[in-house]
Amino acid sequence: MNAAATGAAGAWRRWAVRAATGSDVMSSGAAIVIALLVGALLILAAGADVGTAYRTLWTGAFGSPQALASTFVETVPLALVGVGVALSFRAGLFNIGAEGQLLLGGLAAALVALQLPGAPALVVLPAMMAAAMLAGAAWASIASVLRVYLGTNEVLTTIMLNYIATYLVSYLLNGPVRDPASPLAQTAALPQPAILPVLLPGTTLHAGLLFAIVAAVVGQLWLSRRVWGLHIKATGLNPEAARNAGLPVRRLLLSAFAVGGALAGLAGMCQVAGVQGRMIANLSPGYGYTAIVVALLGRSSPLGALAAALFFGALTVGGSTMETGVGVPASVVTIIQYLVVLLLVAHGALRLMRQARGPVADPAPEA
Amino acid sequence: MQPWHWIVSDPGAGFFSATMRLAVPLLLAALGGVYCERSGVVNVGLEGMMLSGALTASLVSTATGSTTAGLACGVGVGMAVAALLGLFIVVLPGDPVVAGICLNLLALGGTSFVFRVVVGTGGTTRAAPTITASLIPVLGDIPVVGPLLFDQTYLVYVALLAVAGTWLILRRTGWGLLVRASGEHPAAADSVGLNVNRTRLVCLVVSGALAGLGGSFLSLVSSNQFVENMTAGRGYIALAIVILGQRSAFGVLGASLLFGLGDALQLRAQLSDLGVPYDFLLMIPYVLTVVTMAVFGRRLSTPTALGVAFRRGQR
Repeated sequence: MNAAATGAAGAWRRWAVRAATGSDVMSSGAAIVIALLVGALLILAAGADVGTAYRTLWTGAFGSPQALASTFVETVPLALVGVGVALSFRAGLFNIGAEGQLLLGGLAAALVALQLPGAPALVVLPAMMAAAMLAGAAWASIASVLRVYLGTNEVLTTIMLNYIATYLVSYLLNGPVRDPASPLAQTAALPQPAILPVLLPGTTLHAGLLFAIVAAVVGQLWLSRRVWGLHIKATGLNPEAARNAGLPVRRLLLSAFAVGGALAGLAGMCQVAGVQGRMIANLSPGYGYTAIVVALLGRSSPLGALAAALFFGALTVGGSTMETGVGVPASVVTIIQYLVVLLLVAHGALRLMRQARGPVADPAPEA
Repeated sequence: MQPWHWIVSDPGAGFFSATMRLAVPLLLAALGGVYCERSGVVNVGLEGMMLSGALTASLVSTATGSTTAGLACGVGVGMAVAALLGLFIVVLPGDPVVAGICLNLLALGGTSFVFRVVVGTGGTTRAAPTITASLIPVLGDIPVVGPLLFDQTYLVYVALLAVAGTWLILRRTGWGLLVRASGEHPAAADSVGLNVNRTRLVCLVVSGALAGLGGSFLSLVSSNQFVENMTAGRGYIALAIVILGQRSAFGVLGASLLFGLGDALQLRAQLSDLGVPYDFLLMIPYVLTVVTMAVFGRRLSTPTALGVAFRRGQR
């Protein structure tokens, strides 16, 4: 990268470096394009036509009112969890445990709804939301309390807590709270007032979309306009400095994790009350994990997470249409999704290196 | 009937054999983790390396009929995945946790893609050839120790040799000193002309080989086929074992045996009706991890530069 690198090759290289270290929106777009190209190769490898496959993916996600509704329905849990994960990222913590928090939130919502059979929707739905958010926050707090008071690595504990939550839910759904009339591990169907209203008549789009939008907007405002947001960001950037400045770092970390858990629990409630109509064992096909990637793709900003969730929701819905329509395994879509983020990690690292290189002279050649 | 009769009674032999069988994949991956963490690299990608190794070993063994070829390819793919992670977190200063988790999720998607393309969507699986245990006469009849050590597949002996080898390499060789220096004070190592990032990359690739071998063990010894997501978090448990075992080869051996014991207890308890719900038994290894992390997670010396990418000319 010196004067010798001139001409077309030099221009190309300068462009490539700028693209790789440029603005966030542009680099996210570039990562998506590269990942879609790799996806095209995989579709070819699976023996399908790339054009047909991607066209099927597009119409599967946006082609009809119901397709659009499915995409939005898939966006809701990803956005809610993604906003929560983004907030904990900003505080400098990894919440990999949203999967378990979502499951327990869904379970709590279903149990509350089944306890209130005759109550009107205005009572049941807020009670379900409160229960789901409390359950999610409580489950998340196990990991954050261990982290804050014992220094236990929260990445590992949240992952382990996911497995524990899965087995706990499986036990409850097979035993104490199982619908005796059903051969499956699930609760009884929820009463009508406990079902989220449909937003677009004739489709499956439920009111959970509003929760997701509100969560993203409020989260964004909190981060940028409230003292709490400022303190969270300060803690994430440098916890030692934040502590020296007199910020209650422990309480901030605990609150960021609890909010993330509450949003994951709310996502569980949306799946129970908006999609399934009851609590089931397979409530989440890995939303908690996908949402980590959603938060990263959204650059740890709540509104960014909402946009990333829409993108991922569309990919997921379109991907399953592609699997049934063209016969390409839907895991192609999974690969595209995670490749996007891995590319963004590389991009962030490249930018770090370029910034570091600026004032320092070229390192001496290796001896 | 005493509740724990099956530990001491005759089928108890199977219990100790199972302990070893369940501990070995964790042990192999955790040994890889020891190299990484000693050199200052946090390897969250063990899970993905194990899973890729498991798939490769199963597919290659089925195709060629040779478990040796399967093992070799499983190890090779584990190393390749590790090298890919190294590109992001050693060559480039990417965040090791984010990159590692992405890699794991990518490996999850990638293995199920390959598996479905090869086996067919929703198709049936073919049983791969397996490596069976070879009972060593006389020694195998010793109670407890016999089934634990002398009624096992040769891979178990490989794993135990790897423990001793790791201890020797890290403690008694010049390269081991370089590894530890890279983890404790990379700038100092660099200032005397040692190549920190190359050492870290080698450690990462070694861990990929060991994790790939551990994954191959899952699909060739513990089972006779690949199942989607068959590692089920073992790579993450291995990371906890690295910490519990204080990042030393023999410490990791002890910690893996503890987890193998917990897992075997859980399997055995499912068979003999203890009145404890099945799901609670399945939780044991995960609860054990959380508890051990909470109790021991902080007490030990962590390599100073653990998780900090090294760039020349930077402090």
